[in-house]
Amino acid sequence: MAQHILVAYVEDKPGVLNRVASLFRRRAFNIESLTVGHTEQSGVSRMTIVVDADDMTARRIEANLYKLVNVLRVDDVTEKSSVVRDLALIKVAVNTANRTEVMQLADVFRARIVDVTNDSVIVETTGTEDKIEGLIEVLRPFGIIEMVRTGIVAMARGATAVSPNPPRVAAALPEDASRAMAVSV
Amino acid sequence: MKRTGAQIVWECLVREGAKYVFGYPGGAILPVYDAMLDYPVHHVLTRHEQGATHMADGYARASGGVGVAMATSGPGATNLTTGIATAMMDSSPIVCITGQVGSKLVGSDAFQETDVTGITLPITKHNYLVTRVEDIARTLREAFYIAKSGRPGPVLVDITKDAQQATCDFDWDAAAPRLPGYRPDLRALPEEFQKALDLINNAKRPVILAGHGVMMSGASKLVLEFAERAQAPIAMTLLGIGGVPASHPLNLGMMGMHGEAWVNNAIQQADLLLAFGMRFDDRVTGNLKTYAVNAKKIHIDIDPSEINKVVKVDVGIVGDLHETLEDLLPVVKSADHSEWLDHINGMKGDAAVRDIQNLPDIGHLYAAHVISDIWRYTEGNAIVVTDVGQHQMWTAQYYKQDNNRGLITSGGLGTMGFALPAAVGAKLACPDKEVWVIAGDGGFQMTMPELATTVQENVKVNIAIINNGYLGMVRQWQEFFYERRYAATPMLSPDFTKIADAYGLCGMRVTERSQVKAAVEAARNHPGTAVIDFRVEKEDSVFPMVPAGADLHDMIRRPKTKMDVMAESGADQSEWDLAATK
Repeated sequence: MAQHILVAYVEDKPGVLNRVASLFRRRAFNIESLTVGHTEQSGVSRMTIVVDADDMTARRIEANLYKLVNVLRVDDVTEKSSVVRDLALIKVAVNTANRTEVMQLADVFRARIVDVTNDSVIVETTGTEDKIEGLIEVLRPFGIIEMVRTGIVAMARGATAVSPNPPRVAAALPEDASRAMAVSV
Repeated sequence: MKRTGAQIVWECLVREGAKYVFGYPGGAILPVYDAMLDYPVHHVLTRHEQGATHMADGYARASGGVGVAMATSGPGATNLTTGIATAMMDSSPIVCITGQVGSKLVGSDAFQETDVTGITLPITKHNYLVTRVEDIARTLREAFYIAKSGRPGPVLVDITKDAQQATCDFDWDAAAPRLPGYRPDLRALPEEFQKALDLINNAKRPVILAGHGVMMSGASKLVLEFAERAQAPIAMTLLGIGGVPASHPLNLGMMGMHGEAWVNNAIQQADLLLAFGMRFDDRVTGNLKTYAVNAKKIHIDIDPSEINKVVKVDVGIVGDLHETLEDLLPVVKSADHSEWLDHINGMKGDAAVRDIQNLPDIGHLYAAHVISDIWRYTEGNAIVVTDVGQHQMWTAQYYKQDNNRGLITSGGLGTMGFALPAAVGAKLACPDKEVWVIAGDGGFQMTMPELATTVQENVKVNIAIINNGYLGMVRQWQEFFYERRYAATPMLSPDFTKIADAYGLCGMRVTERSQVKAAVEAARNHPGTAVIDFRVEKEDSVFPMVPAGADLHDMIRRPKTKMDVMAESGADQSEWDLAATK
């Protein structure tokens, strides 16, 4: 199984998140993370869905998402050149002796300290999953009190804007041309 | 013009061409029912809301149009769900309209409040909760459009009571569907055909798998033309029956769990499968690991999510089957596969010759005989509506359906109780056609109260109850796979002739084959609904059978020798030990 990142543009209507979540549950597709938020177009929301799926399953998820009437467009950006970001807030146990060390480590990872108390700090970091995992590993020995992550958001690089008209829904196999043409990251 | 929400519902139904609405009134839908009396749409009062969805479904399947069901909030709406799920699994276009408690009360656990859009989310193609009168017209137009376009399916529209009561300007033209994310009009591009053409033109042993999509896209003629040109025999799924005439020489018959051996073996030996508007259900593939391993596979379906869902195919073409074949046919070369066709004919062997009709009458009444006789006496021209179970499979095997939309049956969901209400819908859709219900004693009792609907609506259907005193298909599984431990399958039934009598209908009982003809003819000649209680062999089984999950070619065959011996000697039933034939 590999990770696939799907970006879905959906109509901003009540119940749409429920429809997407229900689809994944019903078809037993495994969601790793799902984020949803507004876009530059009013009435259109954007979901970034990370799934644990092989290429064939990812295609099926894409096709099933298209079947939802409120879904406008789906892009599998896994192998496209794209910016992928996750945000984490990590509350770390500190004392006067090691607080500076934690702050220095955060600095190395270009993370920010957004709250400080006598016995804790909150570290805020944005980046790829790898970078965040790395930061968590170095902070773990100090004692992580609490942590929250937003899940991945992704955007393809380059000037191409989102077209309201989706590409044709193809039924081709993953190894077919459409995939071979995709630029790998 | 100013209209109430309730009036707008009927304005839209009239404009969408709805002649019938099948439903059951109640508090939250009362404004809509009140407005009904002023509009030229006939309401059929069912005896249970499940009947309403099955009737709408039967109406849609027989007519090719959209069926409409209506119910109130809460229990009325939840009773619809079995019929909605049935329509969803078999891609049948129906629109269900339910009343909902007032929008201010939604979420407060008000009397008869249920989250109907939540409940029906996974069993509808799409659904809506409408809380504003201004949204009713557009929503209903979208509902009809979604239900009938692309891969058809059920759409539910839940309308709050205050929206039904409120008033607004009604403008049909301004309420055109706005569905930016819905693209049902997929058409394959001819340049995608080359790989498929290479496979088709190079195949030596092709088999067409014809599904429900053949009928739904109106592609019957083109499929036959394709089959004749490519000399490819046709195997049908259960819902594909009728899509191509049973009498066509290239039509092999039904495939799958209860398909004939030569059909399944042809699929297993094929070098090319052409799947036309079908979805490789587990009941037609058997064990996927050994399914048609030597065949290249081309799948044409309007639903992209069906391609590569269970069977990995070599070429997937997304599009309407009729349009796709229109584009594909001119470039398909004529082929000669007489060797392959002869080989398949050879596999039929004595199984095909051993026509059920030729078995002598030994005093036992067999369901297969009954159904085959009904086929003969109705000259194969009736719309046959079945329930689910043994009688359904025997109908598929022995009612040699030549007519498009001639078999109406719950395939995907396998809904018992489907037959009678669906037949009422079918008869209203096709008043000039003869309609037969073939149901088991179990399933028939699930929706038996709809007999009253046939009386109230003056709808004539002929009902054949294949009564074996068991839930027959489950009993068969218990016999084959659970050491004949008949847990909860023996079933006591009322006297169906007296039931018919109580409803003012014609009831008859048949216990011997010699009585079948007279009863069938009496039923056909009776002006109203007729109920025939066929007391058939109790422990008869459907053959051949591919056990669930077994290889498609690994079939339990008909107990030929014993049956023949028994037929010749007139041996007693007790000597016919089916278990020994496994």
